[in-house]
Parts: sequence; C-alpha cells; structure tokens
Amino acid sequence: MDTNKQKIMNPRIVVTGMGVVAPNAIGLKEFKQALENGTSGIRFMPELADLNFGCQVAGQPSLSEALLDQYFSPLERKTIQASGVLYGIIAGIQAWEDAGLSIPSKEEDPDWDSACIFGAGLAGAKVMRDSAYLIDEGKTKRLGSSSVQQVMSSGVSAHLGGRLGLGNQVTTNASACSTGTESILLAVDRIRMGRAKRVLCGACDSSGPYVWAGFDAMRVTNRRFNDQPEKASRPMSASARGFVPGAGAGAIVLETYESAQARGAKIYAEILGGYVNSGGQRTGGTMTAPNTQGILHCIQGALAETSIEGKDIDAISGHLTSTMFDPIEVEYWCKALERWGNDFPYIYSLKSMIGHCLSAAGAIESVAVILQLYHQFLHPSLNCEDLHPDIEKMINSTRIPRQTSPAKLNIIAKSSFGFGDVNSCVIFKKM
Amino acid sequence: MTVEEITAKLRSIIEPYVEEKELLNNIMPETDLLEDLKINSANLVDIIIDVEMAFDIEIDDDAAEQMLKVKDSVAIIQERITA
Repeated sequence: MDTNKQKIMNPRIVVTGMGVVAPNAIGLKEFKQALENGTSGIRFMPELADLNFGCQVAGQPSLSEALLDQYFSPLERKTIQASGVLYGIIAGIQAWEDAGLSIPSKEEDPDWDSACIFGAGLAGAKVMRDSAYLIDEGKTKRLGSSSVQQVMSSGVSAHLGGRLGLGNQVTTNASACSTGTESILLAVDRIRMGRAKRVLCGACDSSGPYVWAGFDAMRVTNRRFNDQPEKASRPMSASARGFVPGAGAGAIVLETYESAQARGAKIYAEILGGYVNSGGQRTGGTMTAPNTQGILHCIQGALAETSIEGKDIDAISGHLTSTMFDPIEVEYWCKALERWGNDFPYIYSLKSMIGHCLSAAGAIESVAVILQLYHQFLHPSLNCEDLHPDIEKMINSTRIPRQTSPAKLNIIAKSSFGFGDVNSCVIFKKM
Repeated sequence: MTVEEITAKLRSIIEPYVEEKELLNNIMPETDLLEDLKINSANLVDIIIDVEMAFDIEIDDDAAEQMLKVKDSVAIIQERITA
C-alpha cells in the first residue's frame, strides 16, 4: 500500500478535548489535582447502610446545585433525573468546550461531520424504579413526557447530540464494564473509515442502590471496609476482597490530526488504536469471569493493530478492580508483553481512588491516562501496601507507583474487561 | 378561586416550560401555549400533570386536548375545582 493511500485509510487520530465527572473531582483541572494528590472519592453511604447492603461505601460524584444550574435549565433539571445522564451531559459539554468547538444555534444546520458514540450502563435504573410504582398503581399518565428519554439506553447520547447540534452518527454502545474503553475504539473506527471527522466518545453510569444492588447480591463488592471507606478499594493488594461501586462519566473528543491542526486545536495525545474482543465464554471464561486467552488475544491484538511491541509500553492503566482476579490480570499482561520483574512497565489502578465506575470506568480512566501523558506524571495506585504475593512474584513492586511523581511517558495502554467475557485495550501515545 | 387567582397559579406552573422567559410578560386569555409561548408540545402532558397536582383535580383526555389557550385552560380548571 502506498503511503498516501495508507494515510487516507489510516489517518492519525488525536485527542483535542476532555471532560470528567468523577467521584473524586469534577472538571479537568480539579481531576488532575485530585490524581496528583491521590484524593480518594470513596465515602460511606448511609442510604446503602439503611438498605442493608453488604458494601456500604461507594464513589459517587457530588453535583452541587450551582453546578447543575450552570449546565441545565430549570426545565431540564425537572425532566432529567437519571444521574448517569446528568454526569454524561456535563462531561460531554466540558469536552466539547475544552476542544474549542462551537455549537450551532437552533436555526443553523447541524454539524454533519461530528458524531457522538457515548456509552451507558444502567443510567436509567432509578427513573425506571420510580416509574414502576406509578405504572403498577395504574397511574401511567403521571410518567409525563421525559420518562422514555431517560430510560432508553441511548438517552445520554441523544441529549448530547441535541445540545451540541451533532449531525453525524449519534449512538450509545454497551458492553458492561468494557463500555467506556470500547466507545473510544468505536470512535477510532468511525474516523478511520472516513465517516466522521470527529467523535465525542466516552461513557457514563448512574449512582445509587438500584444500580449497585445486583453486584452487592453477587457478593463481588467489598463488604469488609465499611468503617474505612478510603481503604476499601484495594487493587493488587493481598487484602482485596471485592470492588467498590462507583459512578460518573468521562468524555473525550477524538478527531483527525489534520482536522485538529487545521483549526489550531490543542492536542493532548495521539490515539494509536487498540483492540476489542470476547473470550467467547469458553475455556474457563463465563458470563462473569474472563477467558484468560481472550485477554491475551486482546492485548496482543492491540499491539499488532498499532504496530508497537510490548517493550514500547511505559505504563498500564489496568482494569484491576480490587478482586481476586487482579493477580491473573497482571499475569496476562506479563505474558502478552513478554515482560516480567523489573522490566515490567508501570502498572496502576485508578479504581483505588474512585472505585469501579462500571460502564463509565474505561472512559474516566482514559481521561486520567491522557492527562498523565500530557503532563508527564504518574498518579499513585492506593491501598496496595500489602501487595498480593502472586503479583510480587511476577513483577517488581517498584513498578507500581505509590506516590505521585514526574515520569517520562511515551505510550500508555488502557484495558477494560466486562461481564459477557468482553475485553478492550486502547493504546495512547504522547504527541 | 377567581379567574385571576387561577391564571396566576397556572402561570407559575407553565413558567418552567417556557424557554424564552420574556414571553411570560404578556400572558393574555387568548395566549396559546404552543404558538405564543413556544412550549414544546411534548411538555403539554407534563403541564396537565402539574395542573392536576397543584389544583387537586382530574383532567380527562378530552379536556386535556382543549387546554391550548390560557382562557380554555382556566375555564377547565375552574369547572373542576367548583365541581
């Protein structure tokens, strides 16, 4: 293939804007500061205690009245009750504004070249719950006009598309805890195929008992640290006993390098690409546990897709949820990259600060990756003083950053895995 | 309740649904919710619900369809609160 053709088929794709609503900070500047300070966003939740949850701590973004008024009209505040949709809209608008992109007026044509692929999980869970009471009482009429737009899976992308006047594809992807990372790779595909110049991607998930109850019932959340919320999310530690549920949204504007340059946009990082697959729920993989061969195949697929080698990776933002699976994830990173001990890249889990934000996890964690590449630092991975002995056998403990430090970083890999035995891995590079 | 009192209460119910707030300054009996106040037609069902709750009345579908102008809405509300 000649170079020119390759350029058309494979344009360079860059990050030009970001927004974030995380349990430990809202907004890019605040989030960077929280990462540097290792600020935990995990709190004790009296509501969960009252409802007899096993795990009574969680990471929930706190939206102040002033912030809500800044982003929503009184009517929108009345009609958008799904917290995940609120998080997603705020993060999405932040990213669009951060990228310096304009918003067409109501009378203007939409922006035909800009798409939105924004993932969601159980964003409408509480609205659905409240609606069910009215429906069962025969008061369906009382649902009003805003029920559908909040409970439909694509509620968040529909709201963002309208707010920003996007005229390209506007859709929502869903692949459980892989959703956020997958949305980025779907955006890359769309741009690579030449079907959009830029895509607002990312993902959101709602907070609260109706989203988290199922995980509590499965006993996959940490029930032993209710009195020490900030210690509860313990990825890679010997005492990891389950994840801490979280919520929020991360949003990223991706566009061709050509388009970013033409409009003089700030460029945070380049996205080389990545890989999405499934372990097929075979050879040890199930609905809830990954087929380790699938993980290996996914990471190696990402390397092949982006024409890099294992040695090129400087750091890994792991899925690492704070369960017994963490050592197995580290093992398969070692195998996929063929790097062990002191030769292993840095590896950390942002979930140690904000918990597992489910569908939004990959999106929020990718925003953190891009900030670290842009500002050349590593944030700490908290609560693994008692590093799991199996991990210590595979990699040198110094490969896990325990405090914030400046770092020379060129390439960071971010992985996410989800129920359904689905995997995603994306590769970011410093510009 | 007088027509004026009902109109004032109706105005406060409608207020959040009107995006261009200056349109609220000139509410007359002939004012049309969709045409003059530019309310999104999807929100008419929300206004009916709010009216039912605020006045503690029931508005059936036939009556709801008539509630497009302020004077018709006020008449329908008045009829039901005095019934």
